[in-house]
Amino acid sequence: MAVAADWAGVISRHHDEIIKGWLQQLRDDGTLQTGRIKDAELEGECRRMLALVGPELAHGAAHSPLGGELRDMLVALSRSRALQGFTPSETSNFVLGLKLPLFGAIGVDYPDQADVIAGATIEATRKLDRLALLTIESFQKSREEVIIRQQREIAELSTPVVKLWDGILALPLIGTLDSERTQVVMENMLQSIVEHSAEIAIIDITGVPTVDTLVAQHLLKTVAAARLMGADCIVSGIRPQIAQTMVHLGVELNVISKASLADALALALQRIGKRVVDTAGATAAPVEFLR
Amino acid sequence: MAVVRDDVMPVRSSDDIVRVRQEVRARAIEIGLSLVDQTKIVTAASELARNTLDYGGGGTTRLEVVQDGGRRGIRLTFEDKGPGIADVELALKDGYTSGKGLGLGLSGARRLSNEFFIESKPGEGTRVTIVRWK
Amino acid sequence: MDRIPILKMGDALLITIQVDMHDRLALALEEDLTAKIAATKAKGVLIDISSLEIVDSFIGRMLDNIAAVSRMLDADTVVVGMRPAVAITLVELGLSLTGVKTALNVERGMLMIQNRLRGLGDFSGRRS
Repeated sequence: MAVAADWAGVISRHHDEIIKGWLQQLRDDGTLQTGRIKDAELEGECRRMLALVGPELAHGAAHSPLGGELRDMLVALSRSRALQGFTPSETSNFVLGLKLPLFGAIGVDYPDQADVIAGATIEATRKLDRLALLTIESFQKSREEVIIRQQREIAELSTPVVKLWDGILALPLIGTLDSERTQVVMENMLQSIVEHSAEIAIIDITGVPTVDTLVAQHLLKTVAAARLMGADCIVSGIRPQIAQTMVHLGVELNVISKASLADALALALQRIGKRVVDTAGATAAPVEFLR
Repeated sequence: MAVVRDDVMPVRSSDDIVRVRQEVRARAIEIGLSLVDQTKIVTAASELARNTLDYGGGGTTRLEVVQDGGRRGIRLTFEDKGPGIADVELALKDGYTSGKGLGLGLSGARRLSNEFFIESKPGEGTRVTIVRWK
Repeated sequence: MDRIPILKMGDALLITIQVDMHDRLALALEEDLTAKIAATKAKGVLIDISSLEIVDSFIGRMLDNIAAVSRMLDADTVVVGMRPAVAITLVELGLSLTGVKTALNVERGMLMIQNRLRGLGDFSGRRS
């Protein structure tokens, strides 16, 4: 059995070269080109990691648990990489880029001891690979968190229920409706009907590119549920293709529908006993609503 | 699938149906179902408990809180030793009824649940199981 | 056995269902109400279900029956205050109560009944 290499000694003797080689490696990989991270910042990260990796390598046993501080540092680093828009390989390359400079350094210190070099290299490779995997895992997790947060934001952003007039609500739907989103949107709308005591709700689907059978069914169910609560729904902005698809699917949209949101509003106002009067030519008064 | 909690309630009178509803509601709140989902499972329970009483001549409702991986759910099993159902397919059709109801009990309860199982043998009884996941 | 109280307000009857009804109570209400419409010659029936946490097919059928019976006795039934979750569930169950008129709250329901009595036509905009 060969003598184990003294990693701590190797790192302290070749510290600056290792950092330099590592940075060069990262530059070659293109991590810096995008300008998302500054040279000095990257160098700081390399120095911190090398300081933490040294004791980890010196430890020996391949299966020693990943050091707490090192782990925390890499998790935080991967997280910020993910948020800054780096790719997973750029993120893991940060760790993997350390390999060559390390191996170079150990070759210098143990010139004629191939077995020591081989043993140390295998050991270091194992550990660094595990650390690289850790960065990918953390990177992935952070991305997922971002996606979940964005999904929630999109769902909230794209489903406002707006009050058009006393007793009239509008729900302008935008984007593709999947069945889950439709359900959430519709529940929100029914809740708003109660909160605003709205007699009429206009569901505007001008911004919806396609409606499948499930979504059409949700729409119909919502209209039926609103009626049970004592409110009427008007669907506006059905695109010609959607109307055609619905008929072909055998979905009879047995609802009041209007071509545009404006037409729907006019009907809604009429329903609650309001009238829009044209005052053009008269005084500067804006459009007036008379009972 | 692990059973976290398990209760059995009798279904012998229309008061028992009310108790089943209340108990199902309590469990649904406990596992954090949304208000709409609570309402759905309670309504399904009401329909099936009534079937147990009206068509099965009474029986039991088993209420279980179940866990499958990270998700929790409610599993309800309605069992009777009544006349059973000769044609289950037919009984599941909307509007089909052998009695005085609207014929929405079974089919409606199926639509209100995530999972639905029915076993029935003429002369031996009927068992309906539904699950609603959080 | 408990009974659900039926209040008379002018030409209309008001029923507020506040308890989780068992089936016999629902049947009793149907009977009591029919008798009361006939006795008072009421022209409208307002059923407030805003306290109800569920409406299953049994209660749904009761509402349908009450509407049908009162129609024959020349009274209009308006069900008011159904909660969103209840409405969603009822639709999913397959019940749309097409024979029942609905309103958001007691005030609106009363207005519908009064409008009809004043001869302002049938309930404005509400399908029956």
